[in-house]
Amino acid sequence: MSAERDTLLEVDGLVTRYRVPRGVLGAIARRPKETVHAVEGVSFTIATGQMVALVGESGCGKTSTAQTVARMVDSEGGAIRFRGREITQLSARSLRPLRREIQMIYQDPYESLDPRFTVRDTIEEPLLVHRIARGKEEREQKVREALVRAGLSPPELFIDRYPHELSGGQRQRVAIAASLVLDPKLLVADEPVSMLDVSVRAGILALLDGLRKEGMGILMITHDLSTAAHFADRIAVMYLGRIVEEGPAREVVRNPQHPYTRALITVVPKRDPREQTTPQILTGETPNPIRVPPGCRFHPRCPIAEPQCSEVDPSLQRPRDAATPDHRAACIITAPGPSADEVGPDGDGAPHG
Amino acid sequence: MSTRQPILRAEDLHVWFDLPGDSELHAVQGVSFELRPGERMGLVGESGCGKTTTILALMGLLPASASVAGRVHLEGEDILAKGEESVSPHRWKDIAMVFQGAMNAFNPVKTIGSQIAEPMELHGTATGRAARAQVRELLELVGISGERAERYPHEFSGGMRQRAAIALALACEPHVLLADEPTTALDVMVQAQILELLVRLTRDLGLAMILVTHDLPVVAQVCDRAAVMYAGEIVEMGQMTTIYHDPRHPYTRMLFAATPDLLGDEDVLSIPGAPPRLDHEIVGCPFTPRCDSAFAPCPTAHPRRLEVAPGHEALCHLNDHLVAERPA
Repeated sequence: MSAERDTLLEVDGLVTRYRVPRGVLGAIARRPKETVHAVEGVSFTIATGQMVALVGESGCGKTSTAQTVARMVDSEGGAIRFRGREITQLSARSLRPLRREIQMIYQDPYESLDPRFTVRDTIEEPLLVHRIARGKEEREQKVREALVRAGLSPPELFIDRYPHELSGGQRQRVAIAASLVLDPKLLVADEPVSMLDVSVRAGILALLDGLRKEGMGILMITHDLSTAAHFADRIAVMYLGRIVEEGPAREVVRNPQHPYTRALITVVPKRDPREQTTPQILTGETPNPIRVPPGCRFHPRCPIAEPQCSEVDPSLQRPRDAATPDHRAACIITAPGPSADEVGPDGDGAPHG
Repeated sequence: MSTRQPILRAEDLHVWFDLPGDSELHAVQGVSFELRPGERMGLVGESGCGKTTTILALMGLLPASASVAGRVHLEGEDILAKGEESVSPHRWKDIAMVFQGAMNAFNPVKTIGSQIAEPMELHGTATGRAARAQVRELLELVGISGERAERYPHEFSGGMRQRAAIALALACEPHVLLADEPTTALDVMVQAQILELLVRLTRDLGLAMILVTHDLPVVAQVCDRAAVMYAGEIVEMGQMTTIYHDPRHPYTRMLFAATPDLLGDEDVLSIPGAPPRLDHEIVGCPFTPRCDSAFAPCPTAHPRRLEVAPGHEALCHLNDHLVAERPA
């Protein structure tokens, strides 16, 4: 990790919403139009050579955030700046060069590879789409380099294979090679190891870690706090479309400040049978992003909620008990500060959305 | 606990699957273990290691392409002795299973309650009004309001459907519950709720449970004992704390090292290579090509199963010196 790192990605007050189709009957019955508030004012930055993990339960908006950042889904508010350039409103045409620089890695390497394509075809395809590399020879050279970079070496061993001839870990490496061949600056990895066996997960994560050390920015989406704690530089915990806590990975898991993060930490099973903590199980189901509670969106399930929590929408502030200056939580009890209505959920600037 | 007689005992269990073109896959290769009332045992391993096949064999639910050998004693009776004839009276009534993905296997057009009542009526343990009353009790037992019996699966959240799937397995009051990856598709908070429920059921009902999972920390949290499977064999078995703090098979140690721990500082290390194919006979220890401690005998001689300490056994040549020291 170099001391001076350039900001690669800046996300500021991002809002992503989906309309719920109400159907013909719903329209006749004049049922109100419903909206899924997937992402509601999310801000974070990623520097070169930095891995940021977005962590949370299903429906918290982590995948929507990733897809919006990669400009696969349109945002409804906020700004995304990539290498200093505003990309939020770019047209499909002007997005094209950007697609090279921001690459996605998906969860399921069994589905993300075309079974009729050899490894060579799979990795060559993006070169053809983006019209990079002149001629067959240069393409072949780039395909081989990408394979080696993804840890599939020597390339001769893999280049003519089909996906069904590869293990799950090897498939994920091929998918990563197909991203690397474009020489991206930012990788957005959505649960990159959750479909893989335990014994190969560490290898894929070490590969991502190596790319990070070479200067790649990585946004990793994961539900697994233990993985995030080990491999990410920073962790942002999401709940109902908001980042509720954000800070250095170690700090967030060892000194959690938001009551939601604290509860999450207690329910993660530990490896050592003697180190199990009593799980602090939150009552109620994972909440519904269509009907977001007023005030702090976590208050209906919060064990330390006070009356004003149903009124004040907290912004991200430095908690009283934080050990580092770059640790923030959105909780008026552990991290008192102005309401998000006054300063925006990320604690600085005007409200967004 | 250890003084009680085992309720379930598997002895030298083997399963072969017929493959197209005259070959066979030896999926389970001599699995033996005991399970006592109220005990929770984790059956851990990676995909293809034979853990699900093992519990399907205990239930007598393997497909026709499978052949089984060995003995499974359930409360003293060998339920494999006469195939379907000897296992079917016990299935669901004495030994029951929560299938992987069971929460998504409910019939969408029938109420949850009627689906839980089905096995009761099928096995004649309760019918009509009595069955309905029992369904409500079961739902309450797994933490769902009894009134929800009349609801349909789509009205339940994922966690509640999983609770209902557990209630369904408990419909005929079994003594042994086999749970195949019961929390794999669930969020951590819901996972914690389901694991707590499983622990409570074993504690309150004296239910014995085998928890099949690839997730070692889940076993560490929930189970008293664990059996680690590799290439169709149990390679190490013992108390969970012993297995974690004093593993006697390199695979167990390497599997723990490949699992990130929330508060751990050590590097997370992958295990090189891949498990062997099981469609041909393996010479020597099947873990040899991936093992970081392999030595002279490993590639050629299959290791002996040794009790390295009371209640702790492993299948690894590293423990051979124990035999040499002991008088025969």
